[in-house]
Amino acid sequence: MQKATIQLETLTCPSCVQKIEKATKSLVGVDKESVKVLFTSSKVKFDFDAEKISVGDVEKAITALGYVVLKSQVKDK
Amino acid sequence: MSVLQRFILSKKKHITLISAILIVFGFISGLGFQNETVAIWSLAIASILGIAPIAIQAYQALKVRVVSIDVLVTIAVTGAFLLQNFEESAIVTFLFLFGAFLEQRTLNKTRSAIKELTEMAPESALKQMDNGEFEEVLVDDVDVGDILLVKTGAKVPVDGTVLSGEGHINEASITGESVPVGKKKDSGVYAGTILENGTLQVVADRVGEDTTFGRIIELVEEAQDSKSEAERFIDRFSKYYTPAVLGLAIITWLFSRDIELAITLLVLGCPGALVIGVPVSNVAGIGNGARHGVLLKGSEVIGDFSRVDTIVFDKTGTLTIGNPEVADKEFYADNVGEVLAYLASVEKESDHPLARAIIGYIGDTTLCRVERTDVVKGAGIVAYIDGRRVAVGNVTLMERENVHLPEKARADIVRFEKNGNSLVLTSVDGELKALMGIRDQIRPGVKEDLQKLKKLGVKNLVVLSGDNQGTVDLVARELGLTEAHGHMLPGDKSRYIEELKIKGHIVAFVGDGVNDSPSLALAQIGIAMGSGTDVAIETSDVVLMNSDFSRLPHALGLTKATAANMHQNIVIAVGVVLVLLASVFLSEWMNMSIAMLVHEASILVVILNGMRLLRYQL
Repeated sequence: MQKATIQLETLTCPSCVQKIEKATKSLVGVDKESVKVLFTSSKVKFDFDAEKISVGDVEKAITALGYVVLKSQVKDK
Repeated sequence: MSVLQRFILSKKKHITLISAILIVFGFISGLGFQNETVAIWSLAIASILGIAPIAIQAYQALKVRVVSIDVLVTIAVTGAFLLQNFEESAIVTFLFLFGAFLEQRTLNKTRSAIKELTEMAPESALKQMDNGEFEEVLVDDVDVGDILLVKTGAKVPVDGTVLSGEGHINEASITGESVPVGKKKDSGVYAGTILENGTLQVVADRVGEDTTFGRIIELVEEAQDSKSEAERFIDRFSKYYTPAVLGLAIITWLFSRDIELAITLLVLGCPGALVIGVPVSNVAGIGNGARHGVLLKGSEVIGDFSRVDTIVFDKTGTLTIGNPEVADKEFYADNVGEVLAYLASVEKESDHPLARAIIGYIGDTTLCRVERTDVVKGAGIVAYIDGRRVAVGNVTLMERENVHLPEKARADIVRFEKNGNSLVLTSVDGELKALMGIRDQIRPGVKEDLQKLKKLGVKNLVVLSGDNQGTVDLVARELGLTEAHGHMLPGDKSRYIEELKIKGHIVAFVGDGVNDSPSLALAQIGIAMGSGTDVAIETSDVVLMNSDFSRLPHALGLTKATAANMHQNIVIAVGVVLVLLASVFLSEWMNMSIAMLVHEASILVVILNGMRLLRYQL
């Protein structure tokens, strides 16, 4: 399992959080329990299985919703 | 998402501006020049332009099965458009876009306090490469064990240990105290602090999010997003609320066949202020705390702490500085110099706080060779110097050593104890030579701070300590505390707190987190006097940076203000929805545009109300 933090452009509506959370959780390889979308700091944090999915894939899913990804960080857990 | 969709979303600000111009143009040509055609066309174009980004957001939300505000607004505007009510469709979309713009601006303000904090994070470092040269790299590329160069004016990039060099560091970002601290070989340095003069070579011990600074930021970020019971309720509520509004509108339409009324309901039912009101207070309150050296770990803590009625203090290191000093002394010997030399030599062997206080008091003296030392647990030390038996310890030790205590010494002992001293007696070959009273200084300003806490409505101020009852009573009297209990072991302290909780009190415990973590964890609110250290930050709910006691009243006042602010925002939000609902059925003047205007205004009002907290001062 690896731990990722994705920094997004400022989030303004709480329903954004809902959307991003749902989209991220629906991806195979992402640990559903670990997904946390921080509204105030506009960050998405989650654990994932590097053999099933890459951070790039998650970024793509979030970009597809219309949110701009600023940077992401991956750490071994 | 297609390129076109992304393009439209990125031009939201321009669209808002253009539709504003079109709306003004439309009204002028319609009302001023009676040119209906031009008016209708410009309003229709404004509607289509304005709805585009909203509709895209709605579509994206529906794709992940979320009925968002965008969905409600899109349906409402489409309805108005089909009814050829272009005025309303144009104004509603404009207000919605413009409101979102203002919300973003003001929200950024409430987040500014945290932003200031994160911007203090170091970004680059001078790292020693394989060839021995230092090169500038991103801080993400620094690993544990790397050797880094820090120059004057630069930020320390990691938590580390000084290898070589000397300098003074401003540690305000960690401790809140801006007095520069001297650093030399083997000193610890913290990420995010600034080297004011000198040059240091540092080996990295912890990097990135693992540094003290990184953890503080993470803590504050998570705290701002942590949700209280009330907020989770609102979240659940709004999850079903938006679909419910949609349902209600459909039912209204089915029964009354009044599309106008149905779409007005859609706009009016947007839950904006309700969803955003509480988090905004929370973020602003925690942000204010972070600026003033108070870390509040989330809104749950704010709720609990604002209702606190009993604060329990640990004595040493909390009410007192935690650095005992010799305050009273008596000698029963002619050769005081010799006694002090013996005393210092014996105490050098010990690292007991009292021993350190005595060495600090005696200062430089000729040390004697200590031949043998026996530590008598809970009593003191017995040692041999030049073949003489020297005993240093409390009254119990003297009794054990069969030391005769003359009348005057007994009177001194009583007097010293009454003054709140811990006693250290010295005997040489069974004869009492010296008596020292050691006392911890009360932190300056604590008395005034405790008064402020009382004024803020705290009923019981209790001190618990492992010291003797006399000492504790003295501190309590001096500071005006309501209760004082001595002879408390860590286990006794947590039991005492448990009892208070059973009696129905809301208890905060203030300690330094060193040996009282059970009490910190057990009390509803654990408040740590943290000097940027690990344990305290982890186990507590509130951290007073740099162990600054004077921040406690600010912390309490701030949580009270924040809790009140949240309640105001809930009242505003619910009130607005109720008034709108009532007026849509009871009055003539209510329409979609006014509903949207009131709705957006209420969102701005709760955000502005929350922003007041940023300026809160006790």
